[in-house]
Amino acid sequence: MPLFEPLKPVSPRSRLVLGASFFALFFLAWAGFTLSGIIPPLFLADPLTTLKTGVTLFTEFNFLRDIGITVWRVVGGFVAAALIAVPLGVAMGAFKPVEAFLEPFVSFCRYLPASAFIPLLILWAGVGEAQKLSVIFIGSVFQIILMVAVIVGATRRDLVEAAYTLGADGGGIVKRVLLPGAAPQIAETLRLVLGWAWTYVIVAELVGSSSGIGHMIMDSQRLLDTGQMIFGILCIGVIGLVSDLLFKWLNQRMYPWAF
Amino acid sequence: MSKLLIEGVSRVFPGVGGGAPTQALQPTDLTVEDNDFITILGPSGCGKSTLLRIVAGLDRPTTGRVLLDGQPVSRPGPDRGMVFQSYTLFPWLTVRENICFGLREKALPEARQKEIADYFIAQTGLAGFERHYPKMLSGGMQQRTALARALANDPKMLLLDEPFGALDNQTRALMQELLLGIWEADRKTVIFVTHDIDEAIFMANRVAVMSARPGRIKAIVEVDLPHPRHYTMKTTPEFSRYKAQLTEEIRAESIKAAQMEG
Repeated sequence: MPLFEPLKPVSPRSRLVLGASFFALFFLAWAGFTLSGIIPPLFLADPLTTLKTGVTLFTEFNFLRDIGITVWRVVGGFVAAALIAVPLGVAMGAFKPVEAFLEPFVSFCRYLPASAFIPLLILWAGVGEAQKLSVIFIGSVFQIILMVAVIVGATRRDLVEAAYTLGADGGGIVKRVLLPGAAPQIAETLRLVLGWAWTYVIVAELVGSSSGIGHMIMDSQRLLDTGQMIFGILCIGVIGLVSDLLFKWLNQRMYPWAF
Repeated sequence: MSKLLIEGVSRVFPGVGGGAPTQALQPTDLTVEDNDFITILGPSGCGKSTLLRIVAGLDRPTTGRVLLDGQPVSRPGPDRGMVFQSYTLFPWLTVRENICFGLREKALPEARQKEIADYFIAQTGLAGFERHYPKMLSGGMQQRTALARALANDPKMLLLDEPFGALDNQTRALMQELLLGIWEADRKTVIFVTHDIDEAIFMANRVAVMSARPGRIKAIVEVDLPHPRHYTMKTTPEFSRYKAQLTEEIRAESIKAAQMEG
Protein backbone atom coordinates (compact mmCIF):
# COMPACT_ATOMS: atom_id res chain seq x y z
CA MET A 1 0.00 0.00 0.00
CA PRO A 2 1.70 3.25 -1.05
CA LEU A 3 1.93 5.91 1.65
CA PHE A 4 1.26 8.80 -0.71
CA GLU A 5 -1.80 8.28 -2.84
CA PRO A 6 -3.48 11.43 -4.18
CA LEU A 7 -6.50 12.54 -2.11
CA LYS A 8 -6.51 9.35 -0.05
CA PRO A 9 -7.88 10.16 3.43
CA VAL A 10 -5.98 9.40 6.64
CA SER A 11 -7.57 7.95 9.78
CA PRO A 12 -8.43 10.39 12.59
CA ARG A 13 -5.78 8.80 14.79
CA SER A 14 -2.93 9.19 12.31
CA ARG A 15 -4.14 12.71 11.63
CA LEU A 16 -3.75 13.56 15.31
CA VAL A 17 -0.37 11.86 15.56
CA LEU A 18 0.96 13.54 12.42
CA GLY A 19 -0.31 16.97 13.50
CA ALA A 20 1.17 16.63 16.98
CA SER A 21 4.49 15.34 15.71
CA PHE A 22 5.15 18.50 13.75
CA PHE A 23 4.66 20.51 16.93
CA ALA A 24 7.15 18.19 18.65
CA LEU A 25 9.61 18.60 15.80
CA PHE A 26 9.26 22.35 15.95
CA PHE A 27 9.98 22.48 19.68
CA LEU A 28 12.89 20.10 19.30
CA ALA A 29 14.48 22.28 16.62
CA TRP A 30 13.88 25.37 18.71
CA ALA A 31 15.46 23.73 21.77
CA GLY A 32 18.35 22.45 19.69
CA PHE A 33 19.27 25.82 18.25
CA THR A 34 18.92 27.77 21.49
CA LEU A 35 20.19 25.37 24.17
CA SER A 36 23.27 24.49 22.10
CA GLY A 37 24.13 28.20 21.92
CA ILE A 38 23.97 28.44 18.11
CA ILE A 39 21.46 31.27 18.60
CA PRO A 40 22.30 33.55 21.56
CA PRO A 41 19.54 34.16 24.14
CA LEU A 42 19.54 37.87 23.29
CA PHE A 43 17.83 37.01 20.00
CA LEU A 44 15.87 33.94 20.92
CA ALA A 45 15.17 32.51 24.35
CA ASP A 46 15.20 28.74 24.73
CA PRO A 47 11.93 26.88 25.36
CA LEU A 48 12.61 26.34 29.06
CA THR A 49 13.32 30.00 29.79
CA THR A 50 10.28 30.94 27.77
CA LEU A 51 8.13 28.63 29.84
CA LYS A 52 9.62 29.94 33.10
CA THR A 53 9.09 33.59 32.17
CA GLY A 54 5.62 32.60 31.11
CA VAL A 55 4.89 31.28 34.58
CA THR A 56 6.17 34.48 36.20
CA LEU A 57 4.03 36.48 33.76
CA PHE A 58 0.97 34.73 35.14
CA THR A 59 2.00 34.73 38.81
CA GLU A 60 3.58 38.18 39.13
CA PHE A 61 2.34 40.33 36.26
CA ASN A 62 -1.30 39.27 36.09
CA PHE A 63 -0.91 38.22 32.45
CA LEU A 64 -4.34 36.57 32.57
CA ARG A 65 -5.85 40.04 32.70
CA ASP A 66 -3.96 41.03 29.55
CA ILE A 67 -5.17 37.91 27.80
CA GLY A 68 -8.73 38.62 28.91
CA ILE A 69 -8.56 42.18 27.61
CA THR A 70 -7.15 41.12 24.25
CA VAL A 71 -9.75 38.38 23.85
CA TRP A 72 -12.51 40.85 24.70
CA ARG A 73 -11.19 43.29 22.10
CA VAL A 74 -11.01 40.66 19.37
CA VAL A 75 -14.42 39.23 20.14
CA GLY A 76 -16.04 42.65 20.65
CA GLY A 77 -14.72 44.16 17.41
CA PHE A 78 -15.37 40.96 15.50
CA VAL A 79 -18.94 40.52 16.74
CA ALA A 80 -19.75 44.17 15.97
CA ALA A 81 -18.32 43.73 12.46
CA ALA A 82 -20.23 40.47 11.91
CA LEU A 83 -23.52 41.98 13.11
CA ILE A 84 -23.27 44.69 10.48
CA ALA A 85 -21.49 42.81 7.73
CA VAL A 86 -23.55 39.61 7.55
CA PRO A 87 -26.92 41.28 6.90
CA LEU A 88 -25.31 43.67 4.43
CA GLY A 89 -23.54 40.82 2.66
CA VAL A 90 -26.77 38.83 2.49
CA ALA A 91 -28.60 41.85 1.05
CA MET A 92 -25.85 42.33 -1.54
CA GLY A 93 -25.82 38.67 -2.50
CA ALA A 94 -29.60 38.46 -2.75
CA PHE A 95 -30.42 41.76 -4.43
CA LYS A 96 -28.35 42.82 -7.41
CA PRO A 97 -29.18 46.57 -7.18
CA VAL A 98 -27.83 46.59 -3.60
CA GLU A 99 -24.73 44.81 -4.85
CA ALA A 100 -24.27 47.29 -7.71
CA PHE A 101 -24.66 50.15 -5.22
CA LEU A 102 -22.26 48.95 -2.51
CA GLU A 103 -19.84 46.50 -4.09
CA PRO A 104 -17.42 49.00 -5.68
CA PHE A 105 -17.11 51.02 -2.47
CA VAL A 106 -16.73 48.00 -0.21
CA SER A 107 -14.12 46.50 -2.56
CA PHE A 108 -12.20 49.75 -2.33
CA CYS A 109 -12.42 49.80 1.46
CA ARG A 110 -11.25 46.23 1.70
CA TYR A 111 -7.82 47.28 0.48
CA LEU A 112 -7.45 50.03 3.06
CA PRO A 113 -5.07 48.50 5.61
CA ALA A 114 -6.64 48.54 9.07
CA SER A 115 -3.29 49.28 10.68
CA ALA A 116 -2.92 52.47 8.65
CA PHE A 117 -6.03 53.79 10.37
CA ILE A 118 -4.49 53.50 13.82
CA PRO A 119 -3.03 57.05 13.97
CA LEU A 120 -6.33 58.49 12.74
CA LEU A 121 -8.33 56.36 15.12
CA ILE A 122 -6.19 57.51 18.03
CA LEU A 123 -6.96 61.07 16.99
CA TRP A 124 -10.67 60.34 16.78
CA ALA A 125 -11.20 57.89 19.60
CA GLY A 126 -8.17 58.30 21.83
CA VAL A 127 -6.14 55.33 23.03
CA GLY A 128 -9.02 53.66 24.84
CA GLU A 129 -11.09 50.61 24.01
CA ALA A 130 -13.08 52.34 21.28
CA GLN A 131 -9.92 52.74 19.22
CA LYS A 132 -8.91 49.07 19.63
CA LEU A 133 -12.37 47.84 18.74
CA SER A 134 -12.48 50.16 15.72
CA VAL A 135 -9.28 48.68 14.31
CA ILE A 136 -10.69 45.15 14.51
CA PHE A 137 -13.99 46.38 13.13
CA ILE A 138 -12.44 48.12 10.12
CA GLY A 139 -10.17 45.18 9.47
CA SER A 140 -13.02 42.65 9.49
CA VAL A 141 -16.20 44.31 8.33
CA PHE A 142 -15.43 44.82 4.64
CA GLN A 143 -13.92 41.37 4.24
CA ILE A 144 -16.99 39.73 5.75
CA ILE A 145 -19.41 41.79 3.64
CA LEU A 146 -17.77 40.79 0.38
CA MET A 147 -17.29 37.13 1.24
CA VAL A 148 -20.88 36.75 2.46
CA ALA A 149 -22.17 38.50 -0.68
CA VAL A 150 -20.26 36.07 -2.89
CA ILE A 151 -21.50 33.04 -0.93
CA VAL A 152 -25.15 34.13 -1.01
CA GLY A 153 -24.91 35.13 -4.67
CA ALA A 154 -23.61 31.67 -5.54
CA THR A 155 -26.74 29.92 -4.26
CA ARG A 156 -27.77 27.16 -6.64
CA ARG A 157 -30.28 28.63 -9.09
CA ASP A 158 -32.19 25.37 -9.40
CA LEU A 159 -32.94 25.41 -5.67
CA VAL A 160 -34.31 28.94 -5.99
CA GLU A 161 -36.42 27.86 -8.97
CA ALA A 162 -37.71 24.83 -7.10
CA ALA A 163 -38.71 27.08 -4.20
CA TYR A 164 -40.57 29.40 -6.56
CA THR A 165 -42.54 26.50 -8.03
CA LEU A 166 -43.43 25.51 -4.46
CA GLY A 167 -44.99 28.90 -3.87
CA ALA A 168 -42.20 30.84 -2.18
CA ASP A 169 -42.12 34.62 -2.69
CA GLY A 170 -39.06 36.89 -2.57
CA GLY A 171 -38.99 37.01 1.22
CA GLY A 172 -39.42 33.25 1.47
CA ILE A 173 -36.54 32.72 -0.98
CA VAL A 174 -34.20 34.88 1.11
CA LYS A 175 -35.25 33.47 4.49
CA ARG A 176 -35.80 29.85 3.62
CA VAL A 177 -33.45 29.21 0.69
CA LEU A 178 -30.59 31.72 0.49
CA LEU A 179 -29.94 32.01 4.24
CA PRO A 180 -30.06 28.35 5.27
CA GLY A 181 -28.13 27.36 2.15
CA ALA A 182 -25.37 29.87 2.78
CA ALA A 183 -25.21 29.52 6.57
CA PRO A 184 -22.44 26.89 6.82
CA GLN A 185 -20.16 28.77 4.46
CA ILE A 186 -20.90 32.06 6.20
CA ALA A 187 -19.89 30.41 9.47
CA GLU A 188 -16.67 29.20 7.84
CA THR A 189 -15.99 32.73 6.60
CA LEU A 190 -16.46 34.12 10.09
CA ARG A 191 -14.01 31.53 11.41
CA LEU A 192 -11.45 32.64 8.84
CA VAL A 193 -11.91 36.35 9.52
CA LEU A 194 -11.71 35.79 13.27
CA GLY A 195 -8.18 34.54 12.62
CA TRP A 196 -7.32 37.76 10.82
CA ALA A 197 -8.86 39.82 13.64
CA TRP A 198 -6.16 38.44 15.92
CA THR A 199 -3.43 40.02 13.83
CA TYR A 200 -5.21 43.39 13.86
CA VAL A 201 -5.65 43.41 17.63
CA ILE A 202 -1.96 42.87 18.27
CA VAL A 203 -1.04 45.66 15.88
CA ALA A 204 -3.56 47.91 17.63
CA GLU A 205 -2.06 47.02 21.00
CA LEU A 206 1.51 47.65 19.90
CA VAL A 207 0.66 51.34 19.51
CA GLY A 208 -0.58 53.48 22.38
CA SER A 209 -1.83 50.78 24.66
CA SER A 210 -1.46 50.08 28.35
CA SER A 211 -2.83 46.56 28.47
CA GLY A 212 -3.27 43.41 26.40
CA ILE A 213 -0.95 40.79 24.94
CA GLY A 214 0.41 43.20 22.32
CA HIS A 215 1.28 45.74 25.01
CA MET A 216 3.08 43.07 27.03
CA ILE A 217 5.14 42.12 23.95
CA MET A 218 6.02 45.79 23.41
CA ASP A 219 7.09 46.14 27.08
CA SER A 220 9.24 43.03 26.86
CA GLN A 221 11.06 44.46 23.87
CA ARG A 222 12.20 47.35 25.98
CA LEU A 223 13.65 44.88 28.48
CA LEU A 224 15.04 42.68 25.66
CA ASP A 225 13.17 39.80 27.23
CA THR A 226 12.80 37.48 24.22
CA GLY A 227 11.35 34.81 26.49
CA GLN A 228 8.36 36.98 27.36
CA MET A 229 7.89 38.07 23.77
CA ILE A 230 7.86 34.52 22.49
CA PHE A 231 5.58 33.41 25.28
CA GLY A 232 3.13 36.16 24.30
CA ILE A 233 3.22 35.11 20.67
CA LEU A 234 2.72 31.45 21.60
CA CYS A 235 -0.26 32.41 23.76
CA ILE A 236 -1.89 34.08 20.76
CA GLY A 237 -1.25 30.95 18.71
CA VAL A 238 -2.78 28.69 21.35
CA ILE A 239 -5.85 30.89 21.81
CA GLY A 240 -6.24 31.14 18.04
CA LEU A 241 -6.02 27.38 17.63
CA VAL A 242 -8.51 26.72 20.43
CA SER A 243 -11.03 29.26 19.12
CA ASP A 244 -10.62 27.86 15.62
CA LEU A 245 -11.32 24.30 16.78
CA LEU A 246 -14.27 25.52 18.82
CA PHE A 247 -15.70 27.34 15.84
CA LYS A 248 -15.20 24.32 13.60
CA TRP A 249 -16.84 22.01 16.11
CA LEU A 250 -19.77 24.38 16.50
CA ASN A 251 -20.25 24.62 12.72
CA GLN A 252 -20.29 20.87 12.35
CA ARG A 253 -22.80 20.58 15.17
CA MET A 254 -25.05 23.28 13.75
CA TYR A 255 -24.93 22.20 10.11
CA PRO A 256 -24.75 18.41 10.08
CA TRP A 257 -26.16 18.31 6.55
CA ALA A 258 -23.22 20.26 5.11
CA PHE A 259 -20.28 18.28 6.49
CA MET B 1 -61.68 21.95 -14.14
CA SER B 2 -58.32 23.22 -15.22
CA LYS B 3 -57.04 23.53 -18.69
CA LEU B 4 -53.75 24.70 -20.09
CA LEU B 5 -53.52 26.60 -23.34
CA ILE B 6 -50.19 27.23 -25.03
CA GLU B 7 -50.72 29.80 -27.77
CA GLY B 8 -48.02 30.66 -30.28
CA VAL B 9 -45.28 30.36 -27.68
CA SER B 10 -41.76 30.83 -29.04
CA ARG B 11 -38.42 31.53 -27.45
CA VAL B 12 -35.36 33.23 -28.88
CA PHE B 13 -32.23 33.37 -26.74
CA PRO B 14 -29.98 36.36 -27.30
CA GLY B 15 -26.65 35.62 -28.96
CA VAL B 16 -23.66 34.97 -26.72
CA GLY B 17 -20.74 37.37 -27.11
CA GLY B 18 -22.24 39.22 -30.07
CA GLY B 19 -23.20 36.00 -31.86
CA ALA B 20 -26.47 35.42 -33.66
CA PRO B 21 -29.53 34.87 -31.47
CA THR B 22 -30.67 31.26 -31.10
CA GLN B 23 -34.25 30.32 -31.79
CA ALA B 24 -34.91 27.52 -29.31
CA LEU B 25 -38.61 27.20 -29.93
CA GLN B 26 -40.78 28.02 -32.93
CA PRO B 27 -44.27 29.34 -32.25
CA THR B 28 -46.00 26.37 -30.63
CA ASP B 29 -49.63 25.63 -29.80
CA LEU B 30 -50.78 22.94 -27.42
CA THR B 31 -53.90 22.33 -25.36
CA VAL B 32 -53.70 20.19 -22.27
CA GLU B 33 -57.03 19.06 -20.89
CA ASP B 34 -57.83 18.36 -17.30
CA ASN B 35 -56.61 14.93 -16.11
CA ASP B 36 -54.45 14.57 -19.20
CA PHE B 37 -51.04 12.93 -19.07
CA ILE B 38 -49.06 14.30 -21.96
CA THR B 39 -45.43 13.51 -22.66
CA ILE B 40 -43.30 15.82 -24.76
CA LEU B 41 -40.81 13.73 -26.69
CA GLY B 42 -37.93 15.19 -28.63
CA PRO B 43 -34.21 14.96 -29.36
CA SER B 44 -31.84 16.83 -27.08
CA GLY B 45 -31.74 20.58 -27.68
CA CYS B 46 -35.18 20.70 -29.29
CA GLY B 47 -36.54 23.21 -26.81
CA LYS B 48 -38.80 20.81 -24.90
CA SER B 49 -37.40 21.85 -21.55
CA THR B 50 -37.68 25.49 -22.59
CA LEU B 51 -41.36 24.96 -23.33
CA LEU B 52 -41.89 23.34 -19.94
CA ARG B 53 -40.02 26.14 -18.15
CA ILE B 54 -42.23 28.69 -19.88
CA VAL B 55 -45.32 26.81 -18.66
CA ALA B 56 -43.78 26.79 -15.17
CA GLY B 57 -43.20 30.54 -15.38
CA LEU B 58 -39.45 30.11 -14.92
CA ASP B 59 -38.78 31.45 -18.41
CA ARG B 60 -40.67 33.97 -20.51
CA PRO B 61 -41.83 33.37 -24.08
CA THR B 62 -40.52 35.72 -26.77
CA THR B 63 -43.94 35.59 -28.43
CA GLY B 64 -47.25 34.04 -27.50
CA ARG B 65 -48.70 33.23 -24.12
CA VAL B 66 -49.65 30.44 -21.75
CA LEU B 67 -53.10 30.40 -20.17
CA LEU B 68 -54.00 28.29 -17.16
CA ASP B 69 -57.77 28.33 -16.56
CA GLY B 70 -57.95 31.46 -18.68
CA GLN B 71 -55.35 33.29 -16.63
CA PRO B 72 -52.04 34.19 -18.33
CA VAL B 73 -48.99 32.64 -16.72
CA SER B 74 -46.28 35.18 -15.97
CA ARG B 75 -44.42 33.75 -12.99
CA PRO B 76 -43.90 30.47 -11.18
CA GLY B 77 -46.54 29.49 -8.66
CA PRO B 78 -47.67 26.63 -6.46
CA ASP B 79 -50.47 25.77 -8.90
CA ARG B 80 -47.83 24.24 -11.22
CA GLY B 81 -45.67 21.78 -9.30
CA MET B 82 -42.36 20.91 -10.89
CA VAL B 83 -39.83 18.11 -10.66
CA PHE B 84 -36.46 18.83 -12.24
CA GLN B 85 -33.92 16.50 -13.79
CA SER B 86 -31.22 17.73 -11.42
CA TYR B 87 -31.59 16.92 -7.75
CA THR B 88 -33.19 20.00 -6.26
CA LEU B 89 -34.01 18.91 -2.72
CA PHE B 90 -32.98 21.49 -0.16
CA PRO B 91 -29.87 19.89 1.37
CA TRP B 92 -30.43 21.51 4.77
CA LEU B 93 -33.89 19.99 5.16
CA THR B 94 -34.78 16.39 5.94
CA VAL B 95 -37.02 14.39 3.63
CA ARG B 96 -40.07 15.32 5.69
CA GLU B 97 -39.10 19.00 5.87
CA ASN B 98 -38.52 19.05 2.12
CA ILE B 99 -41.98 17.63 1.51
CA CYS B 100 -43.45 20.25 3.86
CA PHE B 101 -41.63 23.17 2.17
CA GLY B 102 -44.57 24.38 0.10
CA LEU B 103 -47.00 23.76 2.95
CA ARG B 104 -44.86 25.91 5.22
CA GLU B 105 -44.83 28.68 2.61
CA LYS B 106 -48.62 28.50 2.70
CA ALA B 107 -48.43 28.70 6.52
CA LEU B 108 -50.55 25.59 6.99
CA PRO B 109 -50.93 24.45 10.62
CA GLU B 110 -48.21 22.00 11.71
CA ALA B 111 -50.67 19.18 12.31
CA ARG B 112 -52.10 19.50 8.82
CA GLN B 113 -48.58 19.63 7.33
CA LYS B 114 -47.68 16.41 9.10
CA GLU B 115 -50.85 14.72 7.93
CA ILE B 116 -50.22 15.65 4.28
CA ALA B 117 -46.53 14.75 4.47
CA ASP B 118 -47.37 11.37 6.01
CA TYR B 119 -49.76 10.62 3.17
CA PHE B 120 -47.21 11.37 0.44
CA ILE B 121 -44.35 9.71 2.31
CA ALA B 122 -46.44 6.54 2.27
CA GLN B 123 -47.53 7.00 -1.33
CA THR B 124 -43.99 7.46 -2.66
CA GLY B 125 -42.50 4.70 -0.53
CA LEU B 126 -40.35 6.93 1.64
CA ALA B 127 -41.43 5.54 5.02
CA GLY B 128 -38.40 5.12 7.25
CA PHE B 129 -36.44 7.87 5.48
CA GLU B 130 -38.30 10.88 6.87
CA ARG B 131 -35.37 12.11 8.93
CA HIS B 132 -32.71 11.54 6.28
CA TYR B 133 -30.92 14.45 4.70
CA PRO B 134 -30.84 14.44 0.87
CA LYS B 135 -27.11 13.63 0.73
CA MET B 136 -27.86 10.34 2.50
CA LEU B 137 -30.32 9.27 -0.22
CA SER B 138 -29.84 7.56 -3.58
CA GLY B 139 -30.85 9.40 -6.74
CA GLY B 140 -34.10 7.44 -6.96
CA MET B 141 -35.02 8.26 -3.38
CA GLN B 142 -34.22 11.92 -3.96
CA GLN B 143 -36.55 12.06 -6.96
CA ARG B 144 -39.28 10.28 -4.96
CA THR B 145 -38.94 13.03 -2.37
CA ALA B 146 -39.00 15.72 -5.08
CA LEU B 147 -42.18 14.14 -6.46
CA ALA B 148 -43.76 13.98 -3.00
CA ARG B 149 -42.74 17.59 -2.38
CA ALA B 150 -44.45 18.72 -5.59
CA LEU B 151 -47.57 16.61 -4.96
CA ALA B 152 -47.93 17.72 -1.33
CA ASN B 153 -48.67 21.24 -2.57
CA ASP B 154 -51.72 19.86 -4.41
CA PRO B 155 -50.90 21.74 -7.65
CA LYS B 156 -53.39 21.96 -10.52
CA MET B 157 -50.81 20.35 -12.74
CA LEU B 158 -47.50 18.59 -12.46
CA LEU B 159 -44.59 19.55 -14.72
CA LEU B 160 -41.84 16.96 -14.97
CA ASP B 161 -38.59 17.81 -16.76
CA GLU B 162 -36.90 14.47 -17.47
CA PRO B 163 -37.29 13.63 -13.78
CA PHE B 164 -35.87 10.12 -14.15
CA GLY B 165 -33.20 11.06 -16.69
CA ALA B 166 -30.30 10.70 -14.28
CA LEU B 167 -31.44 7.37 -12.83
CA ASP B 168 -30.29 3.89 -13.81
CA ASN B 169 -32.66 1.80 -15.95
CA GLN B 170 -34.08 -0.38 -13.19
CA THR B 171 -34.77 2.53 -10.86
CA ARG B 172 -36.21 4.50 -13.74
CA ALA B 173 -38.70 1.70 -14.57
CA LEU B 174 -39.78 1.53 -10.93
CA MET B 175 -40.23 5.29 -10.77
CA GLN B 176 -42.31 5.23 -13.95
CA GLU B 177 -44.66 2.71 -12.37
CA LEU B 178 -44.78 4.68 -9.15
CA LEU B 179 -45.71 7.89 -10.95
CA LEU B 180 -48.24 6.13 -13.15
CA GLY B 181 -49.83 4.54 -10.08
CA ILE B 182 -50.15 7.97 -8.47
CA TRP B 183 -51.65 9.40 -11.65
CA GLU B 184 -54.10 6.50 -11.99
CA ALA B 185 -55.22 7.15 -8.40
CA ASP B 186 -55.89 10.89 -8.62
CA ARG B 187 -55.59 11.80 -12.31
CA LYS B 188 -53.70 15.02 -11.84
CA THR B 189 -52.85 16.80 -15.11
CA VAL B 190 -49.25 16.03 -16.02
CA ILE B 191 -46.82 17.36 -18.62
CA PHE B 192 -43.80 15.09 -18.75
CA VAL B 193 -40.74 15.95 -20.83
CA THR B 194 -38.50 13.09 -21.94
CA HIS B 195 -36.20 11.96 -24.73
CA ASP B 196 -36.91 8.28 -23.99
CA ILE B 197 -39.45 6.78 -26.43
CA ASP B 198 -40.48 3.88 -24.16
CA GLU B 199 -41.01 6.25 -21.29
CA ALA B 200 -43.02 8.63 -23.45
CA ILE B 201 -45.42 5.87 -24.56
CA PHE B 202 -45.67 4.03 -21.26
CA MET B 203 -46.60 7.11 -19.26
CA ALA B 204 -48.79 9.06 -21.65
CA ASN B 205 -52.30 9.47 -22.91
CA ARG B 206 -50.82 11.59 -25.65
CA VAL B 207 -47.28 12.01 -26.91
CA ALA B 208 -46.32 15.36 -28.40
CA VAL B 209 -43.33 14.81 -30.69
CA MET B 210 -41.07 17.78 -31.17
CA SER B 211 -38.93 18.58 -34.17
CA ALA B 212 -35.23 19.34 -33.98
CA ARG B 213 -34.08 22.86 -33.14
CA PRO B 214 -35.73 25.23 -33.53
CA GLY B 215 -38.35 23.03 -31.93
CA ARG B 216 -42.02 22.82 -32.63
CA ILE B 217 -44.62 20.14 -32.04
CA LYS B 218 -44.69 18.16 -35.28
CA ALA B 219 -47.13 15.41 -34.28
CA ILE B 220 -49.41 14.38 -31.47
CA VAL B 221 -49.89 10.67 -31.04
CA GLU B 222 -52.80 9.38 -28.95
CA VAL B 223 -51.71 6.41 -26.87
CA ASP B 224 -54.72 4.15 -26.63
CA LEU B 225 -53.39 1.66 -24.09
CA PRO B 226 -55.58 0.63 -21.15
CA HIS B 227 -55.00 1.63 -17.52
CA PRO B 228 -53.81 0.46 -15.06
CA ARG B 229 -50.59 -0.15 -16.94
CA HIS B 230 -48.09 -2.70 -15.85
CA TYR B 231 -44.44 -2.91 -16.89
CA THR B 232 -45.24 -6.03 -18.96
CA MET B 233 -47.12 -3.74 -21.31
CA LYS B 234 -43.79 -2.60 -22.73
CA THR B 235 -43.46 -5.98 -24.49
CA THR B 236 -46.94 -6.10 -26.06
CA PRO B 237 -47.43 -5.77 -29.85
CA GLU B 238 -49.56 -2.63 -29.36
CA PHE B 239 -46.73 -0.98 -27.46
CA SER B 240 -44.26 -2.02 -30.16
CA ARG B 241 -46.44 -0.44 -32.84
CA TYR B 242 -46.41 2.89 -31.02
CA LYS B 243 -42.71 2.53 -30.54
CA ALA B 244 -42.11 1.87 -34.24
CA GLN B 245 -44.21 4.88 -35.18
CA LEU B 246 -42.53 7.24 -32.74
CA THR B 247 -39.07 5.91 -33.53
CA GLU B 248 -39.63 6.92 -37.17
CA GLU B 249 -40.89 10.38 -36.15
CA ILE B 250 -38.02 11.03 -33.78
CA ARG B 251 -35.26 9.47 -35.91
CA ALA B 252 -35.72 11.99 -38.69
CA GLU B 253 -35.43 14.77 -36.13
CA SER B 254 -32.40 13.30 -34.40
CA ILE B 255 -30.60 13.07 -37.75
CA LYS B 256 -31.44 16.72 -38.43
CA ALA B 257 -30.24 17.70 -34.98
CA ALA B 258 -26.97 15.81 -35.47
CA GLN B 259 -26.39 17.43 -38.86
CA MET B 260 -26.97 20.87 -37.42
CA GLU B 261 -24.37 20.29 -34.76
CA GLY B 262 -21.89 18.76 -37.21
